Order: sequence, then structure tokens, then C-alpha cells
Amino acid sequence: MIASATIQKSLDVYSIRRQFPVLNREVKGKPLIYFDNAATSQKPQSVIDALVNYYTNYNANVHRGIHTLAEEATLAFEATRDAAQQFIHATSREEIIFTRGTTEGINLVAYTWGRQNIKAGDEIIISTMEHHSNIVPWQILCEEKGAVLKVIPINDEGELLLDAYKKLLSQKTKLVSVVHVSNALGTINPVKQIIDAAHKTGAVVLIDGAQSAVHLDINVQQMDCDFFAFSSHKLYGPTGMGVLYGKKHFLEAMPVFHGGGEMIKEVSFEKTTYNDLPYKYEAGTPNIADAIAFKSALDFINETGKDNIRQHEEELLHYATKQLQQIPGLKIIGTAKEKASVVSFVIDNLHPQDIGILLDNRGIAVRTGHHCAQPLMHRFGITGTVRASFAVYNTKEEIDELIAGLQKTIKMLS
Amino acid sequence: MKGQRTIEEIEKEIAEEFSLFDSWDDKYEYIIDLGKKLPPLEDQYKMDENRVRGCQSIVWLVADHRDGKIFYKAESDAVIVKGLISMLIRVLSGQSPDDIIQAKLNFIQQIGMTTHLAQTRSNGLLAMVKQMKNFALAYKIKNTAKA
Repeated sequence: MIASATIQKSLDVYSIRRQFPVLNREVKGKPLIYFDNAATSQKPQSVIDALVNYYTNYNANVHRGIHTLAEEATLAFEATRDAAQQFIHATSREEIIFTRGTTEGINLVAYTWGRQNIKAGDEIIISTMEHHSNIVPWQILCEEKGAVLKVIPINDEGELLLDAYKKLLSQKTKLVSVVHVSNALGTINPVKQIIDAAHKTGAVVLIDGAQSAVHLDINVQQMDCDFFAFSSHKLYGPTGMGVLYGKKHFLEAMPVFHGGGEMIKEVSFEKTTYNDLPYKYEAGTPNIADAIAFKSALDFINETGKDNIRQHEEELLHYATKQLQQIPGLKIIGTAKEKASVVSFVIDNLHPQDIGILLDNRGIAVRTGHHCAQPLMHRFGITGTVRASFAVYNTKEEIDELIAGLQKTIKMLS
Repeated sequence: MKGQRTIEEIEKEIAEEFSLFDSWDDKYEYIIDLGKKLPPLEDQYKMDENRVRGCQSIVWLVADHRDGKIFYKAESDAVIVKGLISMLIRVLSGQSPDDIIQAKLNFIQQIGMTTHLAQTRSNGLLAMVKQMKNFALAYKIKNTAKA
């Protein structure tokens, strides 16, 4: 990993673009400009090939078969676990639980650790900028247990108020579950400080890494989070695949999530003994093809070099921010000092949906609406924004097209 | 005059108007213009029970009846949706409940709006059509019961 990052000193965006076949297509007669990367990123050819190769050459169920295909599938499937372990620097491969995505990872913790450990009167802390996926599972748990959900406020820039957070922490706090990078604002939260403060009061911490894993270096040991959830499809990998990292002693102590095949050691009608980690939490036939192809996505990121990717995305973010600020009546929502490559904005008197439709008419894909973060929109007194989010294959020329598209859109709507 | 024309005739008229446009920009400029001209809905109707659940924009829809015909009024906070509403009102308002219930509304497809609007937004449009038809159905059932 280090070697490849050193070899490739800077990023050749045009050679990167050639690896993403979808970027060749047109939308409404215009070349596709894909700025909805925070929703899901496009897939490089290597990921698509890995999917096709599995189904073409060695489709088999994993772990139990003794035939050649089963062995090949199992090896490839488990190689992804090793790659994911390295990617987030987990201590052991047993701490890497395959899930359907970040949402399932959070729910897994809520339904297992949460049900076992949360009691009436306990408190769970989340923040104002959470995705609904990191709100609703805790609301369900709180309702069931009679626990209380506390919310860290933010300032007008879209940054967490850490002093207020520290005041929320108490002996009653059992869990802090906070997003690493906000999907709607781009804010990068100081998770290390949040985790350390929580641990001082004895609280457990889950970090929602859905947006951060693709942009930031993730080292769960240094971060010292107890759980970290992320999705493959935002990291150039397939949908329906994700990872929940948990510290081993938590994963060992927690009750199982789903019952079924794969997660058992022995079953009789009287009693079942459960399998070892990580399989204890992976009931049923897993998402084999997508898990295998996820490794190709991680390889793509490692070969491109996360530093290179981040530098490129930061340049795009600064350029887009500067250009967007020139547009009269446009207001950027989320102006934190530490930001990932997401720009959310509103334009005076214009509805985000209208802007989105007219940009799509020019082949430009942006996200409009509340971004599954309605409480956050409420905090800013808006119902939604237009969001452009950038990935490794985006260019400044595409941002120029966005600006030209917005100018035309404003003219059409005014 | 309008009440005497059938739903199909008005649909055909709209499809013909759209066939004059060369580009999507022209189509949208026309829809935006229709949206801007849609008479605003009185504030008293802008309540939750009159809302049609779309994904991203708010749509309020109310219906009334006179002489066996249904009349609609609606508004949205998004102007393109307002333009689409304007066309639906032009086609369906002032028609009989039976005609409204049976209306195929092929013009939406003919002017390219089903394929052009993404699924989520298209569903908002379909929700609006469904609600308009529901009003007609409710009126019909009520009157059949009376008779």
C-alpha cells in the first residue's frame, strides 16, 4: 500500500476516468457528469469484472463445500475480510463482520449490544447531523427500553458543539453514536475527541463511517472506537455489502443478531451453540459476489492512494466552493473548517427539486432534498438542499459545467 | 367551452403543443411558465390533510363539485411540479367522475414526462393523479349511495 502510494505521486484523473465505464455514457444527449457520489459512487471496471468472474467461473456457496469451486469462492470471500481489516487497521479479522451496509451495521449493534445493555433511564447520545440510519435504530431501542436520546447541537457552520457534548455526557450515558463525516454538510467531526470524552465516562462509541471511509484514513485502533460501520457502495464497490467493525470483547459478549445457517456450531431442538467470530453474526448465505468484488474496490483505492484521492477531492471541493460562491443568491449550507468533498447549497427563492430536474436535463446528476437528515434540515430552517459530492474521477471542467448549468437554471426559473 | 371537450381532446391538444418544441429546455421553459401562471391556492386549503405525499416537494390538492362535474385546485412549492399540476387540472377539471376515473392520461407519456422525470418524482406525479381520481371515485360512490 505504502509502495503504491509512493510510486504514484500524483493522480492522473483522465486515466482514472477510463477505468469507470459509466462515465462514457450520455444523459439527455450530454456527457454524464456524476456529482451524486455521497449517495453512491460509480464502479471501476475491476469491480464489475470481479462480479462477472465470480458468476462465470466459480459461483459456489462459501465455507461448507469441499469441492474446488466452493474452495475458490471461500478463499476470495475471506480475502475481502483481510483486505477490509487492513483498510481500517482492525486488530484481527474476527472483528470484521460482513453486513448489507452501514444501516445494517448500526441496527446490528442496536439490536444486540443495545438490547443487552440499555436499561430504562439510560442515555444515548447522537448528533444533530445524523443520517436517519443513525437516529431511527436508537429511537426504536429507547422506546423499547425507556431510555433517553440526547442530541449534540451544532453551530451555523455545521460543526458539533463539543462543549455542549461534554455537558451531555454523564454516568447515565451508555452509548455515543456519531457520524464521522456528515452526508448532507460534508463536516468532518473530531471523532477522536468525541470517543475519548465518552470513554472517560464509561460510554461505548459507535462511529458511522458511511461517508468517511472513502475519504479519510481509517485506523480504528488509533481512533479507539468500539464500533465502526461502513458500506462498500460508497467506496467504489458493489451495493448490498458493508462492514461492521467491533472490538472483539464486545462482539464475543453480544447476543446473536439473526439466527440461521452459518452462524451456528451445533443445533439440536433443545439448544444451539453459536459459531465463532465473525460468523456468529453472519447468518444465512452471505452476499458472496458483492463481498468478493468489494476487495477489487479496496484494491482500487489502495492502488490509487488515499492521499492522492484526498488531495484531488480537496482541490475539487475548494474550486467548487469558490465558483459556487460567485453565484448571486446562492448560500452554501455547511461551512465547517474540516470538510470532505460535499457541497450542499440553496438558492434564494428556488426549490431544490426544480434545480435538480433542470441540471439533470443537462446531464448533471446532483442530489436534492433532505438527504435523509430531516432534523438537520430543520436546524437550518430549510426543507432541503442541492448537494454536489465529488469523487476521484470528477474534474474541474465538470464543475465549470455545473456552474454554467446553474446559471442557465436560475435564468429559466426566475 | 372547456367542459364540453373530452379528456382525450384536451390531452391531444397538449401533446400537439409539446410537439412544437425542439429541445428539452423549451419544454421545461413552457412547463415553468405554466407553473408560474397557476393561480395560487388560498392559504386556508394549505393544510396537512390536503397534502399529496410526494418525495421532495409539497403538493396541496382540493376538489369541489358542481352540476355533476369535479373541479380541482392545487399548488406546490416547486414550480415544475406546479406546471405539471396546471396541465392535469386543464385535462381533468370540469369533467365527470366517470371520465376522470377512466382517464388514461397518455399525454404525460406523449410529452416525455414519465421517462424524463426520475422514478421518485414521477411517483409524486402519479400520487397526484391517484388523488385526483380518488376524489372522483369518492364523489361517485357518495352520489350512488344517495340515489
